[in-house]
This record gives sequence, C-alpha cells and structure tokens, in this order.
Amino acid sequence: MTKEMTGAEMVIQAMADQGVKHLFGYPGGAVLPIYDAIFAQTEVKHILVRHEQGAVHAAEGYARSTGKVGCILVTSGPGATNAVTGLTDALCDSIPLVCITGQVPTHLIGNDAFQECDTVGITRPCTKHNYLVKRIEDLPRILHEAFHIASSGRPGPVVVDIPKDIQFAKGVYSKPKEFPHTGYKPKLKGDIEAIKAAVELMANAKRPMFYSGGGVINSGKHASALLTELVRLTGFPITSTLMGLGAYPAADPQWMGMLGMHGTMEANMAMHDCDVMICVGARFDDRITGRIDAFSPGSKKIHIDIDASSINKNVKVDIPIVGDCAHVLQDMLRLWKAQGKHNDKKAMGDWWKQIAKWRERKSLAYRGSNEVIKPQYAIQRLYEATKDKDVYITTEVGQHQMWAAQFFHFQEPNRWMTSGGLGTMGYGLPASVGVQLAHPKSLVIDIAGEASVQMTMQELSTAVQYRLPVKIFILNNGYMGMVRQWQELLHGNRYSESYSEALPDFVKLAEAMHAVGIRCEKPGDLDHAIKEMIDIDRPVLFDCIVDQKENCFPMIPSGKAHNEMILGDSGVSLDDAITEEGKMLV
Amino acid sequence: MNANVPSSSTSHYPNAPMAQKLETHTLSVLVDNEPGVLARVIGLFSGRGYNIESLTVSETEHAKHLSLITVVTTGTPMVIEQIKNQLDRLVPVHRVVDMTLSGRSIERELAMVKVAGKGDNRVEALRLADAFRARVIDATTESFVFEITGKSDKIEQFVALMLPLGLVEVSRTGIAAIARGPEAM
Ligand SMILES: Cc1cc2nc3c(=O)[nH]c(=O)nc-3n(C[C@H](O)[C@H](O)[C@H](O)COP(=O)(O)OP(=O)(O)OC[C@H]3O[C@@H](n4cnc5c(N)ncnc54)[C@H](O)[C@@H]3O)c2cc1C
Ligand SMILES: Cc1ncc(C[n+]2csc(CCOP(=O)(O)OP(=O)(O)O)c2C)c(N)n1
Ligand SMILES: [Mg+2]
Repeated sequence: MTKEMTGAEMVIQAMADQGVKHLFGYPGGAVLPIYDAIFAQTEVKHILVRHEQGAVHAAEGYARSTGKVGCILVTSGPGATNAVTGLTDALCDSIPLVCITGQVPTHLIGNDAFQECDTVGITRPCTKHNYLVKRIEDLPRILHEAFHIASSGRPGPVVVDIPKDIQFAKGVYSKPKEFPHTGYKPKLKGDIEAIKAAVELMANAKRPMFYSGGGVINSGKHASALLTELVRLTGFPITSTLMGLGAYPAADPQWMGMLGMHGTMEANMAMHDCDVMICVGARFDDRITGRIDAFSPGSKKIHIDIDASSINKNVKVDIPIVGDCAHVLQDMLRLWKAQGKHNDKKAMGDWWKQIAKWRERKSLAYRGSNEVIKPQYAIQRLYEATKDKDVYITTEVGQHQMWAAQFFHFQEPNRWMTSGGLGTMGYGLPASVGVQLAHPKSLVIDIAGEASVQMTMQELSTAVQYRLPVKIFILNNGYMGMVRQWQELLHGNRYSESYSEALPDFVKLAEAMHAVGIRCEKPGDLDHAIKEMIDIDRPVLFDCIVDQKENCFPMIPSGKAHNEMILGDSGVSLDDAITEEGKMLV
Repeated sequence: MNANVPSSSTSHYPNAPMAQKLETHTLSVLVDNEPGVLARVIGLFSGRGYNIESLTVSETEHAKHLSLITVVTTGTPMVIEQIKNQLDRLVPVHRVVDMTLSGRSIERELAMVKVAGKGDNRVEALRLADAFRARVIDATTESFVFEITGKSDKIEQFVALMLPLGLVEVSRTGIAAIARGPEAM
C-alpha cells in the first residue's frame, strides 16, 4: 500500500501492517500527534499504563508469551528515561520490542528544549539498535526495519526517536520489501561440518548433558519440540537455565531441574561431571558457571548460539555452532537419525545410576510447618491448584522468583516470564498485564515479593481499567528476602535496610484500587484461599504471609564450583562459606 | 560434599580471570556512514572496558555511504575475539577484518611534528628529518613543522629524536591499514 499521510499516521499504520494489536504507552507533548492518530483508528489498541517502565515490562510479557514483538509509545524526556530500565531488561533477556519515543522538534534538538533528552544517546547501550528520524522520507523504512531488527537474529529492543515536526510532516508511506542494512544478516543455518562433529561427539559420550537456555524459547515453539525430540532420542539428561524453563517438559524423567546458583544438585553435579556438554541457546552466565576455572572441567563443550559474541565469551568451547536453535537442532536430528546413531547404552546406564544417587539427596527438600506457611509450600500448592489449567506465570525478583523456578513446573515454552539478566524488581506485575492482554482467557499469575511488587504497584490500576483478571500472588516474608539471605551469608546477620518496614495493608490497598484483596496466614487455609483467588474473575492481590527467615537452597555461593553447593539442611554455617576477599566482589 | 568448603575465593561474582598474555590487533571495520555509528563503536569499547590504542575514521566510498574505521586494540586472545564479535553484531557494521591475523596488512600513520629552536639544534632537526623522509610543511625563523608518514614505531622514533631538539607538539592521525594484494576487504 502506498499512501500519503503524516509521520504520526505512519507510526500507527506501520504497526497495523506489522500485525500489532496492542500498544502500551503513556502520552505527553512530544507524542500528541501520534495519540491523535491512535484516536482516529481501531486496529491498534492503546493500553494506558501508569508509568513508562510498566509499559515496557507489559510489552515484554506480551512478547515473551506470544513470540511477537511488543510495542511501546512514550513521550520525550522523562517518558523516554522512565523506559530505560525496561529497555535494558529486554536487552539482557533478548526480548523483541519496538519503542517509539517522541522527541522535541528537529530544530530544537541540542537546545536543552523543554523535555528534551538525548534519547538515542541514553538508549544506545540498552537497545539492540536505535534511530533518530530526521527526514519523513526515512520514516516508513525505519519503522519496518525496527520490527525486523527487534525480532530477527538474537531478539532485542529497538528505539525509534521521532521529533514532533516529523510526526506532523506529510510523506508517502509504503511497506518496504527489503532493508538496505547489508551488514545485518543473522545466520540461521549452522555450519554442517561442525554439526556433524557435534553429533559424533554426542554419540560417543559416556556422561553427556544437555544445557538449554532462553535461546530455545527465542527460537520459537518449534525449537522446543525439536529439542524435546532430540533429548528423548539420545536418552541424555537435560537441565535448563532460568530463562529456558518450559522448553523441555518438566514432567519428563530426563528433566533434571534448573541449574546454576539455585539449581538442583543433580543438575549442577551432572554439569560438573559430564564429559560432553551440549549447550543450546544459553550463554554461560555467571549464575551458571560459578568459578570459571572449576566449571565442568572435564567436558567437551558444544555451543549452539545465534550470536557469535555469546560463544567463547566466558567459557572456551570445543565445537561452536553459530545459528538458530531450531535450524541447528533440525540438522542434528536429521544426522543422528540418518547415521543410525545411538547412545552408549552401558555408559548411559552408569550415568543415570549416578544421577539417581544425586537425586536421592532431594536437594529441594525443606522443613514443612503446620504453623507458618513455608514459601516453597505456597508455590507447591499454587502449582497443584493450577497445573491443569491454561496458566502463565510471571515473577518479580528475589527468593520468591527462585522458589517459583524450583517448585512451579513448566511443560511448555512461553509460559514463564521472569527478569533473569537484569533482575528487575517490579517486572512481574506489569508483565502479567501484558500476558493477560495477549491471552485474555488464560490464568495469569505474578508470583511476587512484598518489596518488589511495590516498585510497579500502580499497574494494578491498569489491570483494573482494562478488566484484566491478573493474580498477584505475594509471598510476603516481610523482608527483601534475597538481600537478607546474602546479608546472613556475607555480613554476619546484619540485616541493614532489608526489612520491609511500614508495609501497606495489601488487602485494603487492593480494595482501594478496585481490585480484590485476599490474605492468607495459615497453611491450613492456603488451598481454599488459592481456589478463591482463581475463581475470582477480577484482578486479585493475594497477600500470602510466609516464614520470614526461610532461605533459598540449594545455593552455590558464586565464585564456587558446582560441586561446592550449600544444601538446605547441610549443617554448614553460611557464615563460614564465604571469605573476606569474596565479600568485596558482591 | 560441602563439609570443607575451601577458603580460597568466593563471592557473589566469579573472580577475575587469571592474567593472560596481551596481544595488539589492528581491526578494519567497514560501516554504514550514518549518524551515530562512531558513537556506537566507541560506546562499545568504553562500555565493555576494551582498550583503544588508536582510532581512525573516514568515509571510503561516498556513493555507497560506507566508512572505514581502523582501530588498534589490545587484549587477551579471548577478549580480541569478543571485540570482533561484538563489533560485528552492531547493525551498521558490514565487516570486521582482523588485519593482524591476516598477516598481510600494511599500516601507516601520518604525524605533524612541531620543533622550535635555533642554531645547531635547528640544523640537526632538519638533518634528521631528511633521514626520516619527513617534509617541512611550515617554517619560521625559529620553528619547523615536519610531516612524516610511516609505521607507528618510525614516527615514535622520530618524535623521540626531536625531543631534545625542541619538540613543541605532535599531531598524529592514528593508524590506517590496508591489505596487500588485489582483493578488497
Ligand atoms: C536473583 C536471581 C537469581 C538467579 N539465579 C539463577 C540460577 O540459579 N540459575 C539460572 O539458570 N539463572 C539464574 N538467574 C538468571 C541469570 O541471571 C541469567 O539471566 C540466565 O541464567 C541466562 O539464561 P540463558 O543462559 O538461557 O541466556 P539468555 O539470557 O536467555 O540468552 C539467550 C542466549 O541464546 C541466544 N539466542 C537467542 N536467540 C537464539 C536463537 N534463535 N537461536 C540460538 N540462540 C539464540 C542468545 O544469543 C543468548 O546467548 C538468576 C537471576 C536472578 C535475578
Ligand atoms: C530494581 C531493583 N533494585 C534492587 C534490586 C536488588 N534486589 C534483589 S532481590 C531484592 C529483594 C526482593 O525482595 P522481595 O520482593 O520481597 O522478594 P523476596 O526475596 O523477599 O522473595 C533486592 C532489593 C533489584 N534486583 N532490582
Ligand atoms: Mg520479601
């Protein structure tokens, strides 16, 4: 379609042409022409948030749960700077976003005009790419290119900064067929020789281990299906990072649970002792590797990643394969089958026996209670009550996030939305708003902490406004629990500023915001209260009062090796687990 | 298993890796000639803590809107590989060529060297300039500006020699590099 229109109209037209249904935003002087264009149409529905950070997290939740690009519209200056945390979060977790920011008119740029900020300068390091549009002729191309860049290769956020005069200017709009950026061509197919070598290595492995990550989710549902097929065909054990949960069904016997700092003992021990590691779309993050020189010292490593800069960044690998997970897994499967490969039965028998021993240790076990609700128990009950439903989980950041990862089990990709790389408290509530919009009929629960939830609490109003029945399930331990745990570990129980003082009455708060509040304090009441929460077709703030001093185990104090983890009832004093020099690096 | 947790080192983050041998590499980076591209490259280096020893930028082919950035950097082999991959994934970057690895590159730099003095020093400066094939591009009765081209070490040697002869200031372009042979990068 070729048509004359204003820059503001082009923004909305390009979104409509990209299939965008929802746009999260907040108005202001520098985007008023675009709001006018929104007013004049019905294709793209605008969702008014309460803070621009909330708009970005909502778009992230929307994107992660659908595989589509999330869209944001904010004004210049404070609108743009408020979006920065969300953009950085999306960059760290490879979430595809397009964020339109208004800018002061071209002739005022650089003049310290009202609500001017150097948006492209500020967002350059926290986006995959960004643009300042200086000519109306460039706008249609840039808008579509932004979607292309956000969603292809390793996904990420893209900012398009549009001065107000460009929004008013008239130009010819058409959807471009291709993009002139000849430098940007993500590689999808992996090098077939490297894949052959990988298959060979896998077939001869004695103690193999799959280590999958967020890249499998990025690659799409098909990649998860291929991964599942390959893992079952090979009979190898599989673990995943926090970001990859759901790519492989947790109900499967080959599933070992999450690995890393708060991962299961079996996953971490198997990573440490394996002889062949197959990393699929994960990035050897420091929460995973612990002490680099002690990380899986005896293994040959295969690494599939679409971003060459993820390879050999932290850990040297033996067979790097640059490509998209789905493409590479497809080739691996084809070769494995065509060459009639099978695993080393005897070795695998021994390996699984060893794994069974680690599993027997039941590293996620905790001491139950009839008096107080243990946070782990709360997640377990939540899981039991919802596992047969069409459920999506988001989280805030802290202990509750780790317990959610450990005790809620995912059978499918795109069901689990969490801030992993940046670890942004306040992510979960707005993210749940985005998820609920994308899946209006589904049950969407934000597993929250009482501290985190206060960071973006105001988005409950957004949920109320758009009748989004999100459930905010707060594990209220009265502390910034994760901080308190580290203070116990590193700073001699000196809980400096980590007590959640002067908490609001969450039930009344919910009511004041026209949502529903539920409080539960006794383990015996929990199942009933959870059921009540699920049955209410409105936003619910669930204040689940849990044990204040529970710690999250297992835990590898970072800087330690995988086989040096602290277990819940291991009897090791946390105080002794860390040295003076170690404290400096926290 | 954790009965005797070794007390070596431990923390929230892994320790800094052991020092490895540093290498110096010259990278040629072909980029779209668009606003902000240099900021992206420089921001990448400062944001990730890489070193820039020398940096030159100039448009190469106007019609194609391409610029060439030549950057000299130091780091461990793993860091150099990171730098190349990080550069390569910037959207406006077309190609990154490691001129040092190719082993077939020619590197040149231009410097303008201002020397002030009278008498013997002035004569000696001129004599040395001649030996180094430096040209006089400005002169007063008490000063010269020399223009010298060559490899960086040649320029450094020349500058060092001028120091006792009345060196006032030096302006260097930084390194430009090109591969030998008929092919383009
Ligand atoms: C309090 C807290 C505690 C944490 N503890 C843990 C923990 O115990 N365990 C844990 O696992 N994490 C933990 N994390 C999360 C951790 O910080 C990292 O975010 C996470 O481990 C990274 O996951 P990933 O390696 O899967 O990488 P991601 O960040 O998901 O990156 C994906 C990788 O896949 C690549 N990729 C993207 N798309 C594709 C594609 N189509 N094809 C191929 N490759 C692709 C990317 O280039 C990238 O390298 C914690 C976070 C917080 C906040
Ligand atoms: C925006 C932001 N600020 C600070 C932190 C550091 N931080 C990590 S976890 C945490 C405490 C979270 O407390 P809460 O939400 O109550 O969760 P809990 O650990 O108690 O489950 C803090 C302050 C962070 N991750 N994000
Ligand atoms: Mg808390």
